[in-house]
Amino acid sequence: MTTRITSGVKGGIGTSVLRPDGEPKVIGNFAYASDLSSENMLWGATLRSPHAHARLTKLDTAPALAMAGVRAVVTQDDVPGEPLFGQEEQDQPVLCDGTARYWGEPVAVVAAEDEETARRAAAAILVEWEPVAPVDDPDRAADEGSTFREMKIRRGDEAAMGSVVVEGFYETATQDQAPLGPEAGFAIPDGEGGLDLYLTSQWIHVDHRQIIACLDMEPDQIRCHPAGIGGAFGSREDISLHIHVAMLSLATGRPVKMVYDRSESFVGHVKRHPSRMWYRHEADDEGNLVKVTARLVFDGGAYAHTSRAVLANAAFFTVGAYRCDNVVVDAIAAKTNNPPCGAMRGFGAVQTCFGSEMQMDRLAEALDMDPLDIRRRNALAPGDPLATSGQIIEGSLPTLAVIDAVEAIPLPDPLDDDDPRLLPGGTGLTSPASSVVRGVGYAVGVKNLAFSEGFDDFAEARVVMTTAGVEVHTAAMEVGQGLVTVCQQIARTILGTDQVAVVWDDTSQIGSAGSTSASRQTQMTGGAVHAASVGLRDRIITEHEGDELREDGVYRNGDRVATIAEICANGPVEYHERFRHPETFEPDENGQGDVHAGLVVAAHRAVVDVDPELGLVRVIRVDTAQDVGKALNPQAITGQLEGGIMQGVGLAVMEQLVVDRGVIKNPTFTDYLIPTFVDAPDVETRIIEEGDHWGPFGAKGIGESPTISSTPAIVAAISNAIGKDLTRVPVLPEDIIGNAALEVAPLS
Amino acid sequence: MEFIAANDLDEALAAKAQHADAQLLAGGTDLMVEINLAHHRPTRVISLRRVEDLKDLSPGRIGAGVTWARLERNGHQGLAQAARTVGSPQIRAAGTIGGNVGMASPAGDGLPWIAAAEASIEVRSMERGARTIPWNEFFIGVKRTSLETDEIITAVVVPEDVPTAQEFAKVGARNAMVISTVSCIVMQGDDGVRVALGSVATTPMRATRAEEMINAESTISDSVLSEFARIVSREVRPITDHRSTEAYRRHASGVLARRLVERSLR
Repeated sequence: MTTRITSGVKGGIGTSVLRPDGEPKVIGNFAYASDLSSENMLWGATLRSPHAHARLTKLDTAPALAMAGVRAVVTQDDVPGEPLFGQEEQDQPVLCDGTARYWGEPVAVVAAEDEETARRAAAAILVEWEPVAPVDDPDRAADEGSTFREMKIRRGDEAAMGSVVVEGFYETATQDQAPLGPEAGFAIPDGEGGLDLYLTSQWIHVDHRQIIACLDMEPDQIRCHPAGIGGAFGSREDISLHIHVAMLSLATGRPVKMVYDRSESFVGHVKRHPSRMWYRHEADDEGNLVKVTARLVFDGGAYAHTSRAVLANAAFFTVGAYRCDNVVVDAIAAKTNNPPCGAMRGFGAVQTCFGSEMQMDRLAEALDMDPLDIRRRNALAPGDPLATSGQIIEGSLPTLAVIDAVEAIPLPDPLDDDDPRLLPGGTGLTSPASSVVRGVGYAVGVKNLAFSEGFDDFAEARVVMTTAGVEVHTAAMEVGQGLVTVCQQIARTILGTDQVAVVWDDTSQIGSAGSTSASRQTQMTGGAVHAASVGLRDRIITEHEGDELREDGVYRNGDRVATIAEICANGPVEYHERFRHPETFEPDENGQGDVHAGLVVAAHRAVVDVDPELGLVRVIRVDTAQDVGKALNPQAITGQLEGGIMQGVGLAVMEQLVVDRGVIKNPTFTDYLIPTFVDAPDVETRIIEEGDHWGPFGAKGIGESPTISSTPAIVAAISNAIGKDLTRVPVLPEDIIGNAALEVAPLS
Repeated sequence: MEFIAANDLDEALAAKAQHADAQLLAGGTDLMVEINLAHHRPTRVISLRRVEDLKDLSPGRIGAGVTWARLERNGHQGLAQAARTVGSPQIRAAGTIGGNVGMASPAGDGLPWIAAAEASIEVRSMERGARTIPWNEFFIGVKRTSLETDEIITAVVVPEDVPTAQEFAKVGARNAMVISTVSCIVMQGDDGVRVALGSVATTPMRATRAEEMINAESTISDSVLSEFARIVSREVRPITDHRSTEAYRRHASGVLARRLVERSLR
């Protein structure tokens, strides 16, 4: 089964064509993975560890199996193949292997005739635990050598010193991707011992590799299909229920569906690493950065997932979008019994951007400089070495241009108290205008594009000319970001026809597109579609000795020499491409080398209204100038910029998973708060087009960039409003008021 | 799960008399969350949605089935302000004041207003008929009330002399659709200033010592307000939990109370 998305809309690159999945999503007709069903279907449910760290001393599935309607209970003993899975390092048991290492770790899964029975059966399994003290302090774990990666960067002269020195310690909380679509999977036996799996994923080929290893099956026995996905933001880069639903279907010989509810989703996927960062910035009297020293401790939680790559990204962007010749970074991804962390929009660069941008503001203050002037003075440009890895920057990097463009956006009008809901506190009516002060803050963020550090990063696409139009085949996951339109626009532009349909292939039909992450699909799958379209066009033109391909055939000197029917006389004509970006290399022992394929930069300016006495904030505006290389779909870019900023607002002022001794205290939307419409700032965007050295038409990926520097811009604005340094996100009322002001004794 | 959809109050009372363990369902905005989170699995539910008798709304009597959406437009000023802070438009269209009273959460958004208004809770059983319980005898602990198992909350009864100067405010961790960290209402009437707060004790509470202090003053100066705020902060009895800290709740209680006195004097 393949999902075909056709579109009646026209338009090549540079136009804001509408998404074919837009209307179905708005009116509720889009089939998300959680909507899949079939005859004779069973439901799966998961029993999870109630402890962050415990030994499993008893596991008796008999009470569950004895329940009416229960068809299978599966534990780690039933895993036929490799007992462990993991994208980078295979270190996590499919189900609890005798020790639970985080709160909510899957212990057993049940298949039953209905959802309620499955859940009750999971709860009926007899389990006994011997709790063990959890390791919940990443610094202690690091001291004890419990780490996923320890990394150092040494560049330049360690003895270099600046005349102006600022030091700071910064923390970021655990952020959840909070995609609205929960984890879901649907397994259908093929009658020959194999399975078709419909999954929420960001990369079905890497899921497939892990699934067949754990199931001990041949690659062609398991086919992974993309299913309708409601957001990802990194949460679907790692396996959740994929192997479980497959095992239940194999055990019962029936279709099985699993869907996490909201609370289960909060424990069922990896999160953004909480971080603790110590920084020292040294500059000369003119404000030129002389040396940056940093120690980064990221808490990876219980299993590896993508912690190694996240940590490297964090470390390589320790200095941000600035030149600096002397850099010392020690970075650690600690292994603890806290919730496992992995990918989330920005992938490590979010945390260090917060730390380094706070430092740049402090440096500006120490030098009595304008915060933008110190950024301009040190702005990274093509031809400069990246401060950390030392690699010479190729392609475009308009750091100065984004700073200038965001500064030029007019500031909003002064405080408007006509509608009290637009003041801090919102509908709570807490804050009269007289209690409110305004602040403005800036930040700049830089990040790598696609995969780094020597990873063999490629994307496959197949472009097919048929008499009914062009098909673009890919296994790239459309998670809501809009890849579908980009693929269509590129193929239309090259092939000269608006009749382009994107066909989502399964893992048996096409090779990997790589992950829908790292801001990479516009460039990677877009690059593959571009190259395949060019290859197809040239093949057809050559075949018919023409000089041009138009909507209705091949032309030579302005005369048609072959119609589309004639081109396809022997069947559809196709071209397959495996696209790679410029080669990258593993860093040496000092973190040096050409580790990245390209960079993207953005600047944000936030305007906030703060009620300092109650510590309440309303983010009025977040404006941005974004480096995009080339704008393929301006409206889709605006969507990414606004959405990315919203996740940046969330981390700045409200989003945090509260974890106490390994236990998540707020795994619901009641208490894990994400911004509402009332919290959403107005956004003005400026798009900076300077073509990059690779990618279709010079385009860059911009999925992550808007989330990176929006957070520190907001924090800088709050700081500016209240005249006080802030050192952690989210900024809580207590941080604004100060603990001393909160001292009050109860009445006796 | 047995589901009983009562068509009128008598049917509901009969069902409740027969099934003491039955869970009452009005808007479902609290109950369904509890069920979805598997915190609560009632074996029997009595739905009150069709019970028109509970939906009457007048200044002196607010039917238990009156929704926040109606109170937002037609309620007393302070209650309307509180109603606006409840959840989203969908939640306000479904959730009722009776549910808020019955759940008796310390964070119930309508409860400080009931305390400041000196309102009573009217309840009814098939066997004993109606009785009216003063608010401070009705709310007895965290999610605990003096409602008997065969009783149904029928209305909030509001005294005729409830002051018209009413101002409400609520602090939460975002600017809308949020559970209260601290909520506060101030009323100004012939008897002086009344202050009630939510989320700062096991039940809604009046800041009686702060009221006594400010009502003993002939003029409300800045220093009087500061002292008043300080007493409110000291008088509340909050805890630290995953939503906020005791210290912040004390601080915010005083700030809100002071600001609301100022607002109600404007």
